Formats: sequence, structure tokens, C-alpha cells
Amino acid sequence: MKVNILAFGIAKDIFGGSLVTAELTNDATISNLKYLLEKEYPQLKKLATYMVAVNNEYALDGDTIHERDEIAIIPPVSGG
Amino acid sequence: MSPETGGIDVFIGTVRNATKGKAVVRLEFEAYDKMAIAEMEKITQQALTNWPIQRILIHHRTGVLQIGEVPVVIAVAAAHRDAAFEACRYIIDTLKQTVPIWKKEIFEDGEVWVAAHP
Repeated sequence: MKVNILAFGIAKDIFGGSLVTAELTNDATISNLKYLLEKEYPQLKKLATYMVAVNNEYALDGDTIHERDEIAIIPPVSGG
Repeated sequence: MSPETGGIDVFIGTVRNATKGKAVVRLEFEAYDKMAIAEMEKITQQALTNWPIQRILIHHRTGVLQIGEVPVVIAVAAAHRDAAFEACRYIIDTLKQTVPIWKKEIFEDGEVWVAAHP
């Protein structure tokens, strides 16, 4: 399945845009997505950490991804 | 504020002109709006559960901010100051950990996304 991934902060610089697409198997998990992205964008691995949000909630590596999920890469936050 | 309020604790964050001794020109803030608001609401619910407080305000700006400008304001009203102080501190501390807002520091010779790299 094809999924859109929103990028913010330094992730937007790494991806070269605020949206990237990824082709995933239908039972893909967050860790599958991370593996795919880190292969294509190795700079992700240099970040202190990063999270993935699905439908505005922080996701766990084991969570499965669904076709219409809103997925976002959340680099270390620095609000305030 | 209400007649039962005995104190309001306000935290005002301001843009300072240096980081680790290096001059900062300005800051640029960006947010994942929907999720930022959702996370802020979670923080307020938790604060209302943890402390006997009456009202909470969380205000956060995005975009370009110059030195001295105000990116964030937290205000907590309570009957007694202990709850107001503790809840206000909890809210700003937690906001900095969970709310998807990002700050880029612009220096004379470059820019850095705060906290991005170890």
C-alpha cells in the first residue's frame, strides 16, 4: 500500500520536503516504516531520537499501519 | 479568574539572545498543529487531575520570533499558590517533552534545530 508521511522540523530538511510517500506491505508496522525510511534517508539515524505519530497519536514500533492513517515523523520536539 | 481563585501563576517564555555563549539572531518555530493541540489537551487533563486548580491557559506561537518576543505563555489559576506553582511548572516542563513543536535557532553563521542531534 502507498502511504503519505508528513515531516516536520529537521525531518523536513532530511526528506527535502514536508511530505514523502512510501510503499509498504499491507501488514507493515511502524518499525518496518522506520527501517525503510532509514535506508532511504540515513541521516534519520543521526538524530538523537525520533518518533512516529499515527492520526495525531505517538505510535509504538509494533503498531500496524493502515491505508488511510495520517502518519508523521516527529523529530525531537523543542517547543516552549 | 473567579471569586474562589487565590492565585494565578504565569510563566512567560521569551526569546533570549544567546545559546551557550553564542549570539542568536532569531528563532523560528514550527508546529504539527492538530497533534500539538491534542497533546496540550492531554497535559491540561493531567494537570487538572494532579492538582486542585481552577483554570489553565497555554499559549504558543509559531513562525519567526525576534529576540525578546514571547513564544509561550502558561497561566494557572488556583485557590492556593502551591497548586498553581506546581501545575504551571508541570505544564511547561511536559510541553517541552511531548508537544510536537520545533524551534530552530538562527545564528550569524548558520542555524540549528534545537535538540535534534545528540
